[in-house]
Amino acid sequence: MSQTRKQLLTDPLVDNNPITLQVLGICSALAVTSSLNVAFVMSLAVIAVCGFSSLFISFLRHYIPNSIRIIVQMVIIASLVILVDQIIKAYAYEISKTLSVFVGLIITNCIVMGRAEAFAMKNKPFESFVDGVGNGLGYSLLLMSVGVVRELFGSGSLFGIMIFEPVSNGGWYVPNGLLLLPPSAFFIIGFIIWGVRTWKKSQVEAREYKIQTLEEH
Amino acid sequence: MEGLISLAVKAIFVENLALSFFLGMCTFIAVSKKISTAIGLGISVMIVQSITVPANNIILSYLLKPGALAWAGFPDIDLTFLGLISYIGVIAALVQILEMILDKYFPPLYNALGIFLPLITVNCAILGGSLFMVERDYNFSEATTYGIASGFGWALAIATMAGVREKLKYSDIPDGLQGLGITFITAGLMAMAFMCFSGVKL
Repeated sequence: MSQTRKQLLTDPLVDNNPITLQVLGICSALAVTSSLNVAFVMSLAVIAVCGFSSLFISFLRHYIPNSIRIIVQMVIIASLVILVDQIIKAYAYEISKTLSVFVGLIITNCIVMGRAEAFAMKNKPFESFVDGVGNGLGYSLLLMSVGVVRELFGSGSLFGIMIFEPVSNGGWYVPNGLLLLPPSAFFIIGFIIWGVRTWKKSQVEAREYKIQTLEEH
Repeated sequence: MEGLISLAVKAIFVENLALSFFLGMCTFIAVSKKISTAIGLGISVMIVQSITVPANNIILSYLLKPGALAWAGFPDIDLTFLGLISYIGVIAALVQILEMILDKYFPPLYNALGIFLPLITVNCAILGGSLFMVERDYNFSEATTYGIASGFGWALAIATMAGVREKLKYSDIPDGLQGLGITFITAGLMAMAFMCFSGVKL
């Protein structure tokens, strides 16, 4: 049993990552990654919401009528997000300003909804909790790796601590401003997906059209 | 009036929901394989967006804001913490109502948009639009303009993306980059193109 639980936790990290494979919850992954502090708080928020929403939905799974399950799930998730939002506002007000609407958007983050629908409605509470946390971790892993690249090369620091001294402070590093702008997030995630799929061949998507080579012709 | 026009242009191009705030990315990536479906979804998002943003604006200013309940005799109550749950409720309910109305009175439109409507409830662009409306403190006319314009901007982005992807499927792409990977990179290039608009001062 513990083996499967461990799998539930580690599977979503690479083998079944919610972002690179299932294409879920990309919106916030792109928007909040320009600095690591913010990405870290966002990750914690998603792990918490994802884990607990799976837990509660799983507790209630026998009592939720099938026809209104989406609304019920939505209400549970929205209440949890309100809690998280209030906590962040109380303890990390500056970061909550940078996150702006993205904490609220955890409600419509497809990872949370997707796990509730695909796993928590059919499994026991503890397993669902572990699965939710696992998927939250998979999301965080990608969020943090994008965040590291963007903050390190975009402003020369990690978690706000200077690593590469930028030229403007008399150092040697010329920050790449593009990495702080929105498009870079798309590129980095695109390249991460490329990397992961070169490593795990089974995730490669089939071609719709095959290019005909001269020999075959 | 001039203010509203500049707000609209800003919402469509400069602060495009899909390409500069990454909202509605899941559907943006998943449903942009064919132009016709992409346009269908784009139009539905536009319709829903232009109804929900003003509707949430009314709810905010008459029910939730500090002092908003003065008309009911409770001038000291602040219900803003209930915001998130009310907005998503309004969106879910409105989408459901819209689906029923379309089904009853405009069957051809319902058949064309039907499959996308449930998807829209969980589209971040819709909730995001309402949340931006709250954060930027728009009044009713601004909220209406913002709703229509931001929906249009999203529709524009997904339609162009679908156009690019329809051509892209004939190209020779490295295996690992096939599908999702190249879509992200294309979206990145499009976002860069849209950044040109950020220099436009209105």
